[in-house]
Amino acid sequence: MELVLDKYATTKVEDVKVWFKAASVNDFPQDGGACVKYKDKQIAVFNFAKMDKWYACQNVCPHKMEMVLSRGMIGDDKGIPKVACPLHKKTFSLENGENLNGDMDAIATYPVKIEGENVYIGFSE
Amino acid sequence: MKQIIVVGNGMVGYKFCEKFVANAESKDFKITVFGEEPRPAYDRVHLSEFFENQDAEALEMAPRSWYEENGIELVTSERVVDISRGKKTITTVSDRVFSYDYLVLATGSAPFVPPIKGVEKKGVFVYRTIEDLEGMLAYAAEIKAEKPSARAAVLGGGLLGLEAGKAVKDMGLEPHIVEFANKLMPRQLDLRSSQVLQLKLESIGLNIHLSKATNQILGDDRITGMEFGEDDVLDVDMLVISAGIRPRDELGKTCGLEMGVRGGIVVDNKMQTSDPNIYAIGEIALYNQMIYGLVAPGYDMAEVAVNQIIGNTEKLMPADIDMSTKLKLIGVDVASFGEPFMPPSKGHSIIFENKTQYLYKRINVSLDGKSLLGGILVGDASDYSMLHQIYLNGMAIPEDPAQLILPATEGGGAFGDVMDLPDEAQICSCESVTKGQICGVIESGEAKDLGDVVSCTKAGTGCGGCKPMVKDLTDATLKSLGIEVKDTICEHFELGRQELYDIIKIKGYRTFNEVIDNHGTGCGCELCKPLVASLMATIHADTANKEYAIQDSNDRFLANIQRNGTYSVVPRVPGGEITPDKLIALGQIAKKYDLYTKVTGGVRIDLFGATLKQLPLIWKELISHGFESGHAYGKSLRTVKTCVGSTWCRYGMDESVSFGIELENRYRGIRAPHKIKGGVSGCIRECAEARGKDFGLIAVDGGWNLYVGGNGGATPRHAELLAEQIDNETVIKYLDRYLMFYMRTAKPLQRTAAWQERLEGGMDYLKEVIIDDKLGIAEDLENEMETLVNKFECEWTQAVNDPEMMKRFNHFVNSEDEDDNLVFVPMREQKMPEPWN
Repeated sequence: MELVLDKYATTKVEDVKVWFKAASVNDFPQDGGACVKYKDKQIAVFNFAKMDKWYACQNVCPHKMEMVLSRGMIGDDKGIPKVACPLHKKTFSLENGENLNGDMDAIATYPVKIEGENVYIGFSE
Repeated sequence: MKQIIVVGNGMVGYKFCEKFVANAESKDFKITVFGEEPRPAYDRVHLSEFFENQDAEALEMAPRSWYEENGIELVTSERVVDISRGKKTITTVSDRVFSYDYLVLATGSAPFVPPIKGVEKKGVFVYRTIEDLEGMLAYAAEIKAEKPSARAAVLGGGLLGLEAGKAVKDMGLEPHIVEFANKLMPRQLDLRSSQVLQLKLESIGLNIHLSKATNQILGDDRITGMEFGEDDVLDVDMLVISAGIRPRDELGKTCGLEMGVRGGIVVDNKMQTSDPNIYAIGEIALYNQMIYGLVAPGYDMAEVAVNQIIGNTEKLMPADIDMSTKLKLIGVDVASFGEPFMPPSKGHSIIFENKTQYLYKRINVSLDGKSLLGGILVGDASDYSMLHQIYLNGMAIPEDPAQLILPATEGGGAFGDVMDLPDEAQICSCESVTKGQICGVIESGEAKDLGDVVSCTKAGTGCGGCKPMVKDLTDATLKSLGIEVKDTICEHFELGRQELYDIIKIKGYRTFNEVIDNHGTGCGCELCKPLVASLMATIHADTANKEYAIQDSNDRFLANIQRNGTYSVVPRVPGGEITPDKLIALGQIAKKYDLYTKVTGGVRIDLFGATLKQLPLIWKELISHGFESGHAYGKSLRTVKTCVGSTWCRYGMDESVSFGIELENRYRGIRAPHKIKGGVSGCIRECAEARGKDFGLIAVDGGWNLYVGGNGGATPRHAELLAEQIDNETVIKYLDRYLMFYMRTAKPLQRTAAWQERLEGGMDYLKEVIIDDKLGIAEDLENEMETLVNKFECEWTQAVNDPEMMKRFNHFVNSEDEDDNLVFVPMREQKMPEPWN
């Protein structure tokens, strides 16, 4: 099972080697998320319209290893933007991946940029 | 720096560490803990919960990181095998040697395995650790694959044995409990209460065999049966032994500590053994010639040992230890306190027994009738906390003590207010927290709400049985300080559900952002978003498609998310009536999409395993056959269950099917604080189990009897009679009023049962509002319901007809691929998701 998680590592903007053109901004619901496929990875991408920001993270919830985070609800915890897993409501910071209501390992997060109508996700490989 | 070694990392060993590091003096000590199990300490008391979720983490007392953060060295999977008292060292199984200044033995106990011939055979288990449970699960799966009707026996009808009985039942094995004594739970129950408990357990499928001595275990290399007498044999495929515990005291023996005749390491009231540098706590400690097999005295012992080691020598173990227990066994309340079996020379017993409801209550009262000495409760232990407090604090009892256990009559029960308890009354016995401490942290300003009280005092963090009392005390204390006790939703809104309802209604808000921008802070979260969505649905009758990103996952995708992230589709079958053509259609659709299929407990057919992408395809086919997918998720009307009624039944008094269908169709679109179910029975034989539903109808001579507030979820409740012998039109009128009144005033996620229970004035008040229209709101309520009913729209049809909405149902936004992480495994000729680790 760990193999699933091994694919995902937090990527910082300065480490980005590839900006992957994922989809149009219109493919993502306002204040919601959708899943993007990149090679063999599943990336959850969120259009946080209320904060006027975009976020991306691994789609797999580290609790039970299911590909569901993109279907979770987003919101904030004392100002920290977060996503709640739809299966058991484990919540994770969208800024740094930290598990906000437990002590699970952080999830991997990825930088997002918008150019024109397009959503790009940054990868280091 | 002084070195403390703790041998044993069970609940008591952990508690010692926790209490130690909470102490300022602890910085002068270094603690090393040894555990022979591979994982950090876990909650063994709730071991059987492991079967429900197989989540070992959920049982953890604290994660491994907690030990690191507190500077404790935790060594797992390493058994301590020797103590050298002269050198003050211990040696582990891998020959590592550690020295100590203080040694704390908390090795607990091991299951006692009686010397029965054949006990070594394959398929015989004990019930103690997570590994034992995992072994049982694997073996059960193996034998069930060969023989679907496999049986399992549990040897021992004590507390743990009955838990084990539930565990094997949950594994799908036919459960048998075998007990040597002539009653169940022989240490806690008298013969009569045992019989009541037995009836209840049998009613839920446990087979009980009393007064059975096992001669031998039959089978070649694996167990096939148990032999009691010559012609007395029980065929079983698995056996779980739960015949009591024996202290793990071998370390004490080999290093020459003073031991009890029948085992256990002798300790004094400082928890010191015969060697002043060695302490023993928990189930290896022999105190007062007794081994205490409960967690609360173990925690007290840990506290005493901590105090003694840091030099607070006044803290001693009390001479009398309270052995009261309350548990929920397989859904049945069982409690005993004080002296449960009192000899007639010491006092009188008052007994209330009702076998039809599996109820037994006994209290023992002193000869002068002034004090409570002990008692037993089976079936309903809701009075336990108060009775236990009266017993512990020697409080005065009513002149007629029977009032303490008789069902509450008008004017309330015989109990006073929680605030009447003395300050020293112990509220949480696991953590030894008194009423004074709870009120104290609130009065000093340290705690501002229930969450603070729990984190400041740790009350309610043990078995959790005292939580309702802690909440009552917290609320009452806050109130006495003039602080308004408010049930706010989350950090984003300083408002309750009712207040938000009124605001949305008056201002006519249509989006979540309008509500939070004007009346809240931040961006919202998974608590307030779905709540606002539900309120807007109630007020405007919008479907969940309108603003789907604020809906909970199930409402967003209009189907139930299941274990592996696939969905189940549950077509609505109003009243459970279905034509052969429609049945065939369901079968064909399930086959086409390879869905797991099951008839539910509430007149529906579940279709499991649909991927996100398949959902709209399945709905389209369902719709073309005249179905609509049902609300099997969301806080809405699920089903109205019916019996066949006068349509076919020779007893039927009225048309339960027709009326059930009418009601289900009427309320199918409503959104409520919690899910709602209805039932309609055509006669008092009650085949639809209508009184176990939020609203239930039973046909009687002269019309329908209308019951409300049943089900109750985790706390099951029978519905109560609201009106008698009314016609169809009146039923609908009252139900409209009742449901709307509930939807407008209940708290989020509060079921009708809980709402009704907390309604000031109770059932009488409810009748006045619903029937007599005391508040003058009946017409409002009816109109509001009528609006909702008229505005109903099928949200699945909406979704499949709108290309924009259809975008929601692709797994990826940039690819047609499906989720490649899904794994299904075969099960009984169908499929299921691969089990979670």
